[in-house]
This record gives sequence, structure tokens and C-alpha cells, in this order.
Amino acid sequence: MRDAKADRLDEIIASHSRREGPLLPILHDVQAEFGCVDEASKRQIALALNLSRAEVHGVVSFYHDFTAEPKAAPVLKLCRAESCKARGVEALVDGAVAAASERVKIETIYCLGLCSVGPNAMIGNAVHARLDAPKLEKLIREIA
Amino acid sequence: MVMVRISDDALAIACGADAVADAFARAGATVERVSSWGMQWLEPLVEIDGKGFGPATADDVAAILDGSSPLGIGVIAEHPFIAKQQRLTFARAGKTRPTELADYEATGGWKGLARAREIGAEATVEEVVASGLRGRGGAGFPTGIKWRTVAAAVADQKYIVCNADEGDSATFADRMLMEGDPYCLIEGMAIAGLATGATKGYIYVRSEYPHAIAKLEEAIRRSAHLVAPFVLEVRVGAGAYVCGEETSLLNSLEGKRGEVRAKPPIPALVGLFGKPTIVNNVLSLAAVPYILAKGAKAYADYGMGRSRGTMPIQLAGNIKHGGLYETAFGITLGQLVNEIGGGTDDGSPVKAAQVGGPLGAYLHPDQFDIPFDYEAYAAVDALIGHGGITVFGEGADMAGMARFAMEFCAAESCGKCTPCRIGSVRGKELIDRIMARVPRQRDTLEGLPQMHNAPTAPRSLEDEIVLLEDLCETMKFGSLCALGGFTPYPVMSALKHWPEDFGARQSLPEAAE
Ligand code: SF4
Ligand code: FES
Repeated sequence: MRDAKADRLDEIIASHSRREGPLLPILHDVQAEFGCVDEASKRQIALALNLSRAEVHGVVSFYHDFTAEPKAAPVLKLCRAESCKARGVEALVDGAVAAASERVKIETIYCLGLCSVGPNAMIGNAVHARLDAPKLEKLIREIA
Repeated sequence: MVMVRISDDALAIACGADAVADAFARAGATVERVSSWGMQWLEPLVEIDGKGFGPATADDVAAILDGSSPLGIGVIAEHPFIAKQQRLTFARAGKTRPTELADYEATGGWKGLARAREIGAEATVEEVVASGLRGRGGAGFPTGIKWRTVAAAVADQKYIVCNADEGDSATFADRMLMEGDPYCLIEGMAIAGLATGATKGYIYVRSEYPHAIAKLEEAIRRSAHLVAPFVLEVRVGAGAYVCGEETSLLNSLEGKRGEVRAKPPIPALVGLFGKPTIVNNVLSLAAVPYILAKGAKAYADYGMGRSRGTMPIQLAGNIKHGGLYETAFGITLGQLVNEIGGGTDDGSPVKAAQVGGPLGAYLHPDQFDIPFDYEAYAAVDALIGHGGITVFGEGADMAGMARFAMEFCAAESCGKCTPCRIGSVRGKELIDRIMARVPRQRDTLEGLPQMHNAPTAPRSLEDEIVLLEDLCETMKFGSLCALGGFTPYPVMSALKHWPEDFGARQSLPEAAE
């Protein structure tokens, strides 16, 4: 039996049919639309692209951007690469995790290309620079 | 009406440029969103009649307009940070609206492509060879030689792939170019296509750069008729650092796991979908329009030794004047960090500078007289990489940074080879033990009767350090790609120059007398 999600997935797959090597663009769309790439999606994509389910699973699990399950809370990605470390991000981590508690998930990301004005964070596609403890906590409150 | 120019670069936006632009618009000014000058400590930088004000907030708008603002820095183009640079690749930075075709054309755009069309494929390749341009992605391989190989290959389809997976900390030149001057990259790729007979180009951008992706897609749409029959497409990475390695990037483009491929065959012969492929970095491709428009010699006249042309250097981390500094090779690290960068942002003495991203060595202030040059860096076990410099102040814990290098390698390893996949995890544990200073008992394996030659005393700090050095050696020589192979650079350089951070006894010169 087909559900609406399977139909939508077919549409996404079809929209990339003219690309060479379409798997990543498809997975990006699926992740953006459904919040994850679940087991059923993997099988359906595999069937459509003439791949094995294991091949698709291998790709999904390789990349940090794809998740098998939807995220339970809004995500704030905090950069903890070298330049942001040099500008003191590590001192902010405990406070941010405490402020976030269960309502927001603090994830680590390595570099947003804003390395002279760190510490930096990303929420969705929005970037935030020159963070200190109060600014970071304000951001967390806003998305909680 | 007053005309105000404010950057729409991601960094300016992250620092609040949109709110400043809105405030100016509300105050009745005409606002033009342009690329960034690269003086990042001043962002959001407001430009009125060539004069700059920054860093500005919405609250400063009234004062800037009535001339009473203390944020003025004078004429931007005459600011020492800008005036001393030699900007070839970033000639348009701060001056044009990124996706306006008219602005690009008015500033010499498309001249390189026109000349390439005029002189033909072979002469174009030779022009790039003669310029001495070397890959700006890290390895420093001569770009023209790569082009020659692909041009000579016979195939029904060839590809130009732009590696825009700029994942190194302290690097943002690719991002700035894609956001600020996307047509320059497009023109460079179209020239590469013409020179080698490739009709399709991919720009592989990391997903952490949504602003660059949007700008590129718009620019590709708007310029499609100008570069035809060459066709371009943006592909978005998925958060894997290792995809900056060219063969891993090709796998990712093909829709596979981003695992590194063994070389040979080289991508120039067997690349994307098995076809001859040029994989060049953003900055390499963006240097090409200048080389074609002005001639190879004009480009090669800059630089030193075998490092020709200019390098867009990126100053970041704990530095007062961070930003983009394009200059000819040969400038010393000390000049960059202390004179141009103005030392640390927090005012403490500079403790270290990491050049070349997470896989680059930590350089001690004693080494700051080293000139910016591929060979000079290689000679002291360091690398220029993508030209990013992270400055660290007094508070930096170098053992912690060494540990982070291992942790990063473990998080980002593609898993194909053992020294990297397992070595990085063991390396992290080992540095943890070193930092915890607990003498560790010998492990079970060492206690086996067969191991009768193994010492039985608990491991001392010195033992652990020898083990770490050993591990680094194994990773350096046993890894397939740069991620596992270069992670020892930051680790070993930290250990060598700051042994006291690892708990080793400081060498006291007085005591030796
Ligand atoms: S060194 Fe690491 S990233 Fe490179 S191929 Fe080996 S496992 Fe993969
Ligand atoms: S290191 Fe944090 S943005 Fe680059």
C-alpha cells in the first residue's frame, strides 16, 4: 500500500532523474523534507536507482548531514574548530549545554568559514558571530 | 540621496550587516549590497563615498549619516591593510555587487575567456603552464601540467570539477570568492573547459556554506548563455571533511561514500565517472581569468622561487586584524601575524600560529621569520595548505590542541586505512593519558608469557611520549591520504615546541650552566 510520503519520495527522485550521480541531491531533499532518511526511504531510493539497500545505507551513514531518525529538538551547531578554539569557544560549551538542557540540541561543527570573528554558531542556514555567553544563551532561548 | 554600500558576505551578515542595512534604508539612504573588502574585524563595514565606518550597528546609523560617528576609518582603499596588498584574484573584493553581470563586465570580466577563445585550447593550456600557477588547495601541484594531461586524454566526455569543500579552520578565501565574485570562478572554469575539451563542470561546495551555494546558483543561471556550450552545476557536500580530498570528492559526486581512492590512476585520466577530470581548487580556477587576460608573465612576475603569483592569505583566530590578505609569496609569518594582523585580539603575547588548517604544523614565534613559500614550509615540516593562519594567544593549551588534532582525525576519517582510522583514536587516548599524568600499568598483552621481553614496570611519561612519536610516524608514512598522513604535523609540532604543555620537564638553560 502506498502512502503520501512514498508518493512524495517518488516525486523527489524523479526531479533529479536527469542528474549524473543523483544520490546525494536526493538524500539532501529527503533529509530536508522529512527530517531524516528512514529505512523505508532507503529501500525506495535503492529500488529507484537500481542500488542495493546496503549501498544507500552506507552513504546515509557516512555523511554527518544525514540522519536515520528525526531530531527531537531544534539544533544549534557550535563551531569548535581551531580558530574558534583560539577565540575561546571551549569556555562557552558547558554553559551552552546547560542552557540548552533537553529543549535544544547543541551539536559540534568544524568551521563555518567565519574564523576571524568567532566563536560562531549556525542555526538552520543562519550564521551568528562574535558570541559570548549571554549572546549564545539568548540564541538558545530563542529557538527552544 | 546618500548611497551606502554594505557587504552581503556571510561573515558580515553573521556580524549583523542585515540589520545595519535595514536601518540605513529606513533612514532614507539607498543601500547597495556589495562583496566584502576582507577587513573582517571592521564588519559590518559601511562605505559612503569611499569612506569606511565599522564595525557598525543599527544604533550607529544616525551618527554615521550626520558625520559625528567615531567609527570612521577614512578612505577604505587607502587603509594600510588594503593598500599594501597585491590583489589579483580578489581585485573586485568590496567593489562590485556579487551577482550583477554588469558590474563584472565593467571591471574586466570575461576578458580572459574571450582571449582563450581567440588563442585556442592548446595556447590556453600553455599560458597556464607558463604562469607557474600551483594548486591552491594544499598540495601545490602545477595547475597547467594537470590541464595538459586532461587535454591530451582522449575521451567522449571530460569534466572540470571545482573543489570548494573548504573545510579547514582559518580558511575562508574560497567562501569569500564564491560569495563575492562568483563570475570569476565561473569564467575560470569555462576557460578550463575550453582548454581541455570538457563540456561539463561541477562545483562541489560544502553544506556549511549556504550563502555561497545560493550566490553560485544564481550566478550560474544568469551567466549560462555566456559560457555555453559549457554547462555548470553546483553540488552540495554533506558534512564530511575528507571530501576535500580530490578522489573522495569524486566518489561523493558520484553519489558514493566519500572514501578516498588509491592513486594511480590519477583523476586527470580516470576521474569522475571514470572520465578524464580536472579537479582544481576555487582559488586556482579563479586565478585563471587574470592569467589569460593579462598574460602568464604578468602573473609570474609576482612571487618567489617556484611559488609564483599571489596567495590569498587568511588571518584568523586570536588576531586583532583578521581577514583576507592577498599578497605575493615571500612575506614572512611574523609580518603577517604581528604587523598586518596586529598581534592577538586579547592583547596577550602570541604563543603559536597554525598554518594550513587542522593538518598544518603549529609554528613557534621563534620560527616567524619563515617566508611564505611552499618549499620553505616543507623544509621545516610545515605546510602552507590553503593559506589559512590561526593565531593563538598565551592562554592556548598546546597539548589540548594536539589532542584535538587526533580527535578531529578520528571524527573525519573515511575509514579506509588502519593507521588513520585506528591510530587517531589511539592517539587521542594516548594524549589523554599523557595529560592525566597517571603512570599506566602495562596492558594484558604485554603481560603475556610470550612477551617475556616486554618491560614490566608501569609506563612513564617518557614512555608514553615515545609511543606517541611512534604512532605519529606510523600514521605519517602508512596513511593513504593527507588526513591521516598530515595529522602528525600539528601533534608533533606541538610536542616539539611546547613540551611543558604535555607535562615534560621544561628545559632550564640556566640550570645547565
Ligand atoms: S588516511 Fe584516513 S581519510 Fe585518508 S584514506 Fe586513510 S582512512 Fe581515509
Ligand atoms: S574555526 Fe570556527 S568558523 Fe572557522
